[in-house]
Amino acid sequence: MLDRVSQLNAEYARAIDDDRLEDWPDFFTDPCLYSITSADNHRRGMPAGVIYADSRGMLKDRVAALREASVFERQTYRHVVGLPALLGAREGATRAETPFLVVRVMRDGTMGLFATGRYVDALVEEAGALRFRERVVVCDSSRIDTLLAIPL
Amino acid sequence: MSTSAPRREWPGASLARVPYWVYQDDANYRDELRRIFEGPVWNYVALESDLIRSGDYRTTFVGEMPVIVVRGETGAIHAFENRCAHRGALIALDDGGSTGKRFQCVYHAWSYDLEGSLVSVAFEKGANGKGGMPASFCKAEHAPRRLRTATLGGLVFATLSPTAPPFDAYLGEAVRARLLRVLNRPVEVLGRFVQALPNNWKLYVENVKDTYHASLLHTFFSTFRITRLTQGGGVLVSPDGAHHASATIDRGEDRDSTAYRDQGIRSESPRLRLTDPSLLDTVNEFSDDIQLQILTVFPSLVVQQVYNALAIRQVIPKGPDAMELHWTYLGFADDSPEMRRRRLRQANLVGPAGYVSMEDGCVGGFVQRGVAAAGDTLSVVNMGGEGAESQDTRATEAAVRGFWKAYRGYMGY
Repeated sequence: MLDRVSQLNAEYARAIDDDRLEDWPDFFTDPCLYSITSADNHRRGMPAGVIYADSRGMLKDRVAALREASVFERQTYRHVVGLPALLGAREGATRAETPFLVVRVMRDGTMGLFATGRYVDALVEEAGALRFRERVVVCDSSRIDTLLAIPL
Repeated sequence: MSTSAPRREWPGASLARVPYWVYQDDANYRDELRRIFEGPVWNYVALESDLIRSGDYRTTFVGEMPVIVVRGETGAIHAFENRCAHRGALIALDDGGSTGKRFQCVYHAWSYDLEGSLVSVAFEKGANGKGGMPASFCKAEHAPRRLRTATLGGLVFATLSPTAPPFDAYLGEAVRARLLRVLNRPVEVLGRFVQALPNNWKLYVENVKDTYHASLLHTFFSTFRITRLTQGGGVLVSPDGAHHASATIDRGEDRDSTAYRDQGIRSESPRLRLTDPSLLDTVNEFSDDIQLQILTVFPSLVVQQVYNALAIRQVIPKGPDAMELHWTYLGFADDSPEMRRRRLRQANLVGPAGYVSMEDGCVGGFVQRGVAAAGDTLSVVNMGGEGAESQDTRATEAAVRGFWKAYRGYMGY
């Protein structure tokens, strides 16, 4: 299982960093929960996310908006994803927690550490593949530089 | 601030022209902190719901001045500078919490009561009969600066100035009513985020007051008819120009409008369709037709209602070319689970990753960088005329001109 979760995380990060965002919703079940929050909000049980999606359709809409609507300067991410800690099973899902680090590269070449944190995941089998029923992106910091466009 | 440095001259009387140095000049920025934030204005500082019991506190900023806001022993809310009267260290180090009956500075253990009065000095009488403070030292003469507080709709405001008008008079009846239209019962905090913006604080405040830009910059707004200039509504500007409330009312008059398409405006996208339209599933919860209301209280508060997404945004200056936006996402304490879920979904419209607010996060930086070599040039703020009066259209920059009217008054320009 550790290998499979690691492989899934690697594919997930590659899809985002290679700008294959259209592939990103397929890493999730439908319905699902994808949320980006901070460690502080998470610890206090506050539910709001800077991104909050509870259906695969909402993830697709996020990508469509980035492609068709949102105005922001061209930028890319480089994810560095650590080893998952497997935390057993609950409610039919494998629980895993994986640290990550994301460097954001702006169009003028400026590179900066954009986010660090952990993925708090609930994983299930679906059609022979492992998918995220929940991926809560818990950023260590509550402070976001300028904007968060591309998903973490 | 050096008082010997010559002050800049404001170029002319028109509210419709603004020099770009006002976003760049360091001396002007220092002057703003003193004349505006620490002057006779009321700054938003906390939510009452964070200060339930005696000793509950939050830390925040009034301009660059660190401030503690705390519920006192008699139930009153006190605010004072977060600066020890001894050597100047921060008294409280966290964003908030509960402190009991005292704050104690970590540096030398000087203690303050919940009103900010110095109540004890460690080893005031010395140790083993030696040292200690001189007999002439009087604790009552040493304290961090105190602010007066006022509350409205669960929001706490504070002013350093003894000459600031009472809060209700400061805000005015019309804007007050529009604030209470939304904040009409106890709130619950759903999350907090900080957005660090690479621009002068005024560029953000102007953006919020700029009803002209919303449906032109934000494709999401115009495509999904959340707010369009061809819909009803308007902008209310307080008589002094300082505060505003804009409203979008959709009574269907815009349904067949091709005005955006006809002008070739980028922000109406025929290709953008929602796979999951539940994002826009909205309940008319305030018993009127206003689907979007953005309200400002000068200088630094925004109260937002975009459909059912409610938030407080606090503008905190961080130098001439940087600021922080402190987001507090709100629901009401009596929200049903369905309403709570609706708010969480609609929060995608706003905040640092919001379909709409994301763009407001970067556009101030575009101006800051664009005007880098244009300090003595003037921006043009002429939509809807020259004045700063309320208008029944949003194709106007009246509230932006109102900001400059108030700003110039406080700054003496």
